[in-house]
Amino acid sequence: MAQSKLWTATPEWAVYAVGLVPAVDLFVRAFSNALGADPLRVLENGLGEWALRFLIAGLAVTPLLRFARINLVKYRRALGLIAFIYVVLHLLTYLALDKQFFWGEIGKDIIKRPYITIGMVAFLMLVPLAVTSNRYSIRKLGSAGWRKLHRLVYPAVLAGAIHYLLLVKAWPPEPIIYLLIVLVLLGVRRIKPARCVRAAA
Amino acid sequence: MPVYRYPAPPASEITPKSAILNRRAFMAGAAGLALGGSALSSSAEVMKLKTVPSAFSTDEKPNSLDDISGYCNFYEFGTGKGDPAEYAGKLTTRPWTIEVGGLVNNPGVIDIEDLLTDYTLEDRIYRLRCVEAWSMVVPWVGIPLASIIDKFELQGSAKYVAFETLVRPSEMWAQDAGYRVLPWPYVEGLRLDEAMHPLTILAVGLHGEVLPNQNGAPVRLVVPWKYGFKSIKSIVKISFTEEEPPATWNIQNPREYGFYSNVNPTVDHPRWSQASERRIGGGLFAKRVETQMFNGYGDQVASLYDGMDLKKLF
Repeated sequence: MAQSKLWTATPEWAVYAVGLVPAVDLFVRAFSNALGADPLRVLENGLGEWALRFLIAGLAVTPLLRFARINLVKYRRALGLIAFIYVVLHLLTYLALDKQFFWGEIGKDIIKRPYITIGMVAFLMLVPLAVTSNRYSIRKLGSAGWRKLHRLVYPAVLAGAIHYLLLVKAWPPEPIIYLLIVLVLLGVRRIKPARCVRAAA
Repeated sequence: MPVYRYPAPPASEITPKSAILNRRAFMAGAAGLALGGSALSSSAEVMKLKTVPSAFSTDEKPNSLDDISGYCNFYEFGTGKGDPAEYAGKLTTRPWTIEVGGLVNNPGVIDIEDLLTDYTLEDRIYRLRCVEAWSMVVPWVGIPLASIIDKFELQGSAKYVAFETLVRPSEMWAQDAGYRVLPWPYVEGLRLDEAMHPLTILAVGLHGEVLPNQNGAPVRLVVPWKYGFKSIKSIVKISFTEEEPPATWNIQNPREYGFYSNVNPTVDHPRWSQASERRIGGGLFAKRVETQMFNGYGDQVASLYDGMDLKKLF
């Protein structure tokens, strides 16, 4: 298979290094008061949006392999864990800086506000995936069991995209575009590749 | 008949207008001396509006011009908070007239130049509470709407006032984006007693200067006890009606945005709480503050809504 050298030559740590640049940038600018009039909003929304982008990147790995013959499987764990780091930072920003640990209001938010409920559900679904993102867990769970567990990422990403859409007023294009991308990436997984069927026959 | 209880300072506390004008002339002279009559001083003179203070102003510290002009919603220029600042420069605000019609005996137009010269411009430092649960303190320069309305001679049947924003896709890109975020033109409305209330103004400036385009130049409504979206920007039409006029966000989503849209911490937006707000300008660690009923203007406006169920008529 023709495979560009770049895809295989890049070490995994480089993906982490590049992937966390936006987070460092956001925090540096937030703490140096360089995020405009409402730094909290830019920080909170920015971290959330990057989480969604990396989740989508992780979701794109399989379709890229199947339909474009680009093999990024080696980096999928890094993409997923970077996404999870952004999710955690996004959640901490919400709890500490936005709601300032007013647990009463946070509790009410989680119960009463569908976009917060869905966001929390997405986070909870991602926790076991992050925890089991290592060789030890794959061995422990068995390849099939591990893969079954990690299918949780599909509802989690979908929940993340809906979380964004439910937050906005009117219908600005960005959350709709993210949701469409997620739906396409989930949808193409249902296409049975003719090639594989032939190879199996 | 509702009774307005707005602040009435004793006569002894009101600075006589002549003293204000003297002070102004003195300051202008001092500024002229300091700047040595440079080009800067003359251009600054053109931008500055002549204003008088108002007893309706809050003594809270106003947000900076950068905050107010850099962080706002004006969907005609995009949905991002920074979009208006980025794109509103294209808007031409001269010539500009407001067409006044509907149930009046004396329909006509208001020219922005007349608005700036024929009326006493007041500094009105108001709290502004956005429906998105953030707030600012804005030092508007404006004219009580009631004093402008009077000369058009309202008919007895007029119960509401309808407002309309400019439609000019060549200068307001989001009106012609192929993707319609809101129905244009942006329209808003007030009940007549709300419109005539002394707190309600048409603003032509802020921080003592003419309005930046992104804040609704050249003339916009300001109703400080309602969520910000009621304070319609860049107005080209005012008409008086018997029926409740349409309001853009109410059309967009009637379950979430009522016609009245009074600031009310006890009525949550269906998707988020309105109990507290973030005051813009305090940086990353700014404390949340509790939202006040009618945005803190209850003493002046609560009587307008006597007997109304504000949970239903939100």
